[in-house]
Amino acid sequence: MEHFLNLGIRSIFLENMALAYFLGMCSFLACSKKVETAIGLGVAVIFVQVLTVPLNNLLLRYLLGEGALSWVSPALKEVNLSFLSFILFIGTIAAATQVVEMAVDRYAPKLYATLGVFLPLIAVNCVILAGSLFMQERDYSFAESVVFGVGSGLGWAIAIIAMAAIREKLVYSNVPDGLRGLGITFITAGLMSLAFMMFSGIQL
Amino acid sequence: MNGIGLPLTKQDRATLLDPVIINNPIGVQVLGICSALAVTTRLDKALVMGIGVTLVTALANLAVSLVRNYTPGSIRIIVQLSIIASLVIVFDQVLKATLYELSLELSVFVGLIITNCIVMGRAEGFAMQNGPYRSLLDGIGNGLGYTLVLLLVALSRELLGAGKVFGFTVLPLTKDGGWYVANGLMLLAPSALFMIGLLIWALRVWKPQLQEKD
Repeated sequence: MEHFLNLGIRSIFLENMALAYFLGMCSFLACSKKVETAIGLGVAVIFVQVLTVPLNNLLLRYLLGEGALSWVSPALKEVNLSFLSFILFIGTIAAATQVVEMAVDRYAPKLYATLGVFLPLIAVNCVILAGSLFMQERDYSFAESVVFGVGSGLGWAIAIIAMAAIREKLVYSNVPDGLRGLGITFITAGLMSLAFMMFSGIQL
Repeated sequence: MNGIGLPLTKQDRATLLDPVIINNPIGVQVLGICSALAVTTRLDKALVMGIGVTLVTALANLAVSLVRNYTPGSIRIIVQLSIIASLVIVFDQVLKATLYELSLELSVFVGLIITNCIVMGRAEGFAMQNGPYRSLLDGIGNGLGYTLVLLLVALSRELLGAGKVFGFTVLPLTKDGGWYVANGLMLLAPSALFMIGLLIWALRVWKPQLQEKD
């Protein structure tokens, strides 16, 4: 139990996807002008992340990894298809996003309207693919991958919501011409990243 | 008349060279920042990453442009993604075979070229409307623009953070008996964001038409 709690805390704060690894920066910068959209996108990312990381974990375990095909026939024990993981992961992600989109549209039309175009865009958000790739690289078990999916999605959501809140206030400040918009957003993200570094060393 | 002897018309040259500075993918189009920042602690990592993105963008543009007339609009994203993913797999395997140590350090970021917005953005925004040759040039140009920014950021980070360029000591550190006190912040994550912010500031002071008007 303690191990999972630790992993959760680490993936939310210490190894924050947005502020420590700079993942999903494109949408992090483009969709953080308003808190409302940031919340929508953050929730959608958590949603897809929780779905795809464990799903890819299972695929890796029973389809691609070394000796993973031995349940089909013992003759396939030597087969290692893990080099195909990129293309399989991105396929799973695209499919999962599509399924989530249709499900949300059918059962929660209000949420669907709020999320709008962000749902399909998540398929090409680096956070999602990176979640699965980190899972592969660090060799997480199925339970760990669930915790990591929740944690990394939540961490990214917290970061983009905080960023949006700061940018809403930033409108009132007098920024030098050349720094307006993109430039100052980068500097702000840098300061946030610096602030998040204070979590380093936390261990439960 | 272009001096290199390549069959380039003026328009071709613009396609190739515009994205390097005037229409830089990172500084102006705000694409592909995701992976750009994490690999810039050292020049060699940034260089390999830049080469990878340039190759993948160029070849993906070429391939997407070749099949553009046979791709139904509704499944084009999946077609593009599978082309890009296959190219990235090839690059990843070659990297693992030749520069194994470096590929370990780049870890997931090679795989993340797949979702790099530059590759998708150029395939969708340029290669779907243009012929193979110009798409190839556009891909190379955008890749070079990305590499340029990456190298600039990596140069400042490696030089100020570790006193080295490509691993060779330029500024002798105090802990090795030299005179330069290393700036540890430059090796940490936030400095990459600061450097890109400053770079964009410099670019926009130089070319005021790029400034945002809120």
